[in-house]
Amino acid sequence: MTLNRRHFIATGLATGAFLAAPTVWGQAKAKVVVIGGGAGGATCARYIAKDSEGAVEVTLIDANPIYTTCFFSNLYIGGFREFESLQHGYDKLAGAGITVINDMATAVDRAARTVTLAGGQVLPYDRLVLSPGIDFKDGSVPGWSLDAAEIMPHAYKAGPQTQLLKKMVEEMPQGGTFAMVAPPNPYRCPPGPYERISMVAHVLKATNPTAKILILDPKDKFSKQPLFEEGWGKHYDGMVEWVGPDFGGGAVEVRPDTMEVVVEGEAQKVDVCNVIPGQVAGKIAALAGVTDDSGWAPVHPDSMKAKADENIWVLGDAAAQGDMPKSAFSANSQAKVAAMAIRGELTGSKVFPAKYTNTCWSLIDTDDGVKVGASYEPTPEKIASVDSFISATGEDAALRKATYEESLGWYAGITADIFG
Amino acid sequence: MRRAAILATLAGLAAGLAPALAPAPAPAEAIGDAERGATLFQRQCSACHQIGAQAQNRVGPRLTGLFGRRAASVPDYAYSRSMARMGADGLTWTLETLDPYIENPKALVSGTRMAYRGMADPEARAALLAFLREWSDKPQNIPEAEPTARKTDPDLSPTVLAIEGDPEYGEYLSSECQTCHQRDGSDQGIPSITQWPVEDFVIAMHAYKQKLRPHPVMQMMAGRLTEEEIAALAAYFATLD
Ligand SMILES: Cc1cc2nc3c(=O)[nH]c(=O)nc-3n(C[C@H](O)[C@H](O)[C@H](O)COP(=O)(O)OP(=O)(O)OC[C@H]3O[C@@H](n4cnc5c(N)ncnc54)[C@H](O)[C@@H]3O)c2cc1C
Repeated sequence: MTLNRRHFIATGLATGAFLAAPTVWGQAKAKVVVIGGGAGGATCARYIAKDSEGAVEVTLIDANPIYTTCFFSNLYIGGFREFESLQHGYDKLAGAGITVINDMATAVDRAARTVTLAGGQVLPYDRLVLSPGIDFKDGSVPGWSLDAAEIMPHAYKAGPQTQLLKKMVEEMPQGGTFAMVAPPNPYRCPPGPYERISMVAHVLKATNPTAKILILDPKDKFSKQPLFEEGWGKHYDGMVEWVGPDFGGGAVEVRPDTMEVVVEGEAQKVDVCNVIPGQVAGKIAALAGVTDDSGWAPVHPDSMKAKADENIWVLGDAAAQGDMPKSAFSANSQAKVAAMAIRGELTGSKVFPAKYTNTCWSLIDTDDGVKVGASYEPTPEKIASVDSFISATGEDAALRKATYEESLGWYAGITADIFG
Repeated sequence: MRRAAILATLAGLAAGLAPALAPAPAPAEAIGDAERGATLFQRQCSACHQIGAQAQNRVGPRLTGLFGRRAASVPDYAYSRSMARMGADGLTWTLETLDPYIENPKALVSGTRMAYRGMADPEARAALLAFLREWSDKPQNIPEAEPTARKTDPDLSPTVLAIEGDPEYGEYLSSECQTCHQRDGSDQGIPSITQWPVEDFVIAMHAYKQKLRPHPVMQMMAGRLTEEEIAALAAYFATLD
C-alpha cells in the first residue's frame, strides 16, 4: 500500500480528538516519538526518559530489532572484532520505560502530528525526533544502484553488507585488485573509507600480499590524509594507490555485470569493488519535509530543532548543522543537547547552553591508532568548530597503542550511553 | 564560614534572582563579517592574490586552502627566503598567525615579498579573515581543519574553578574595578558585576585573560590578575549587597 496525502489526512482526523489536546504540563503526559534507534535516536530517547523520570512518554521506532554499529565495523573487516560485538539490542531501553517498536516509519503528518508505520499503526506525538542516518543518492556513481549492492557492496550501513564485503576480501584471488569508489562530501564518518582501506590492507598483507588496493576518490583531500598515507607507506608499502580527481578519480563509472571500473574512459577489471555513493539524509526526513535542496535537514544550532518545524528535531547524520562531521560521537553529543531542549519545552526543566564535541579514532594497523577531534559551539548561523586537534605524524608506537586502547574504551562507553 | 555565606547568597539567587542576574555564557562568535571581507579582498588583495576553486598563483600565491597551511608551501611559487625560513620553522597560517601578519606583514616576516603596508583596523582584519576562511577546508569534511569561529569561554580546569577566593582580598583588589563598575549595581553603559555568581565571574575573567572575549580594557585588566586574585574578586562581588 502506498500512502498518499489524502490517506494522512484521513488518519489525522481519526485521531483528531486526541491531538487537539494542547501540550500543557499536568495534562495527559507529553509524548515524544523518536524515529531511528541508532547513535542519535537511541541516546535521545534514553536521556529524555531517564531525566524526565516518567513525566514524558517516549516511543523509539527502529526498522530492526538489533542495531549493528557502523563504528568499529571496519575493525571487524580487519579481523580485530567479532561481528556480534557490533550488535546491540533495545532491551535495556525497553526496561527503562521506553516503548520500543520495531517497524519502518513510512510517513509523518506534521499538521496532525502523527507518525505512520509500515504496519499501519499511527502514533501521535508532541515532539518528534528524527535520527534516521543516511540514504544513498540516486545516480551518484554511474552504473551503480542499490540493486548492485550484492555485487559491489557499499558496506556503509552496517549489517549483512559488512559481512559480504569482508567475505569478498577474504576470497579475493591472489594478486587481485580491491577497488573502492570513495564518496563525495559530505558523508558519514570522514575518515571511515580510509580506515577501511587500512583494514583491508591489513587482511591482504597476511593472506594475499601481492594484491593491490585502488582508491578512486572525487575529493582532492581527505581527513587524516597525512596520517593514513604515512601508515600505508609504513605498513603496506606499495599496496595502496590513491587516485584523486586530478587523475580521474572523480568521474568513475562502474559495471557490476563485468566487475569493471571505468576511469577516464578506460575500463579496468577488478576483483572486489566497494562503492560508497554520495549520501543524503535518511528518507523519512525528506518525507517529513524537513530537508532542503542539499538533501539534509537544516537545524537550529543551539538546539538541533528543525528549521522547518518547531515540533521536530533532527539529529546525527541527517542534520545540516554546520561544522560537525557526521559521526556516532557527534550524533550522541547532539542527542543530549536535543534531549535537554525537548525536556525543557515539555516539562519546564532547565536548559543550559549547548556544547558539542566529537572525536573520531581510526585504526591503521595493529596497535597503530590515530584520532582527530574538535569542540563546537553554536553561533547564530551554525554549529561552529572552535578548537581542534589531531594525532601527529611520526608519533611513537607507545602513543599509537595508547590511542587505540582509548578507542576501545570509547566504544564500550558510547554504546552503553546509547543503549543503556 | 565565608564559603557558607557565599553559598547562602547563591541559594538566594537561585531561588529568585538568578535568571535575571546570571549573565548568559557567551556563545561562540563568527570570525568576522565575511561579506565585508569579500569587498576588502577585492579592493586590497586581488591585484596580487587569487582565491576560489580555480585560483592560480599570481604576484602572490593562491589563497585557496590557506588556513592550516604551512607558510611557504604552495607548489610552484617563489617565496622570499624569509618566508621559506618561517615555514621551515613551523609557521602555519591560522587566525592567530594571519591576524598579526595582515596587520603588519614585515613585523611578522621581516623579509616578506608582500608589498602591503598592513591593515590597522582589527574589525576589518576580522572581516577579511572570515572571508579567507570560507575558502579553506570545511570542518564537517575535514574535522581537523582550522576553527571557523572564535571561542568565547575558556576551558578551565576544575582546580581553577575550585579555588576559594578570599573576599577581603577581593574587596581590596576591587577598587580598580569600581572605577568603572558601580558598586551599587547600577548599569549605565558599563554592566553591573555586583552579585554575579562566583563561577560566571571566574569564567568571564579568564575569558578576558585568555583574550577569548574581545573587550580590550577588560583583557588588560584581567591579564594581570592571578587565578587567586580572580577567585578573590569573584568571592567579593558575589556577596556584595
Ligand atoms: C565504516 C564506518 C565507520 C564508522 N566509524 C565511526 C567511528 O569510528 N566513530 C564514530 O563516531 N562514527 C563512526 N561512523 C559513523 C556513524 O556510524 C554514524 O555517523 C552514526 O551512526 C550516525 O548516527 P545516526 O543516529 O544519525 O544514524 P544511525 O546510527 O545510522 O541510526 C539510524 C537508524 O534509523 C533507522 N531508520 C532509518 N529510517 C527509518 C525509518 N523510516 N523507520 C524506522 N527506522 C529507521 C535505521 O534502521 C538505523 O538503525 C562510521 C560509519 C561507517 C559507515
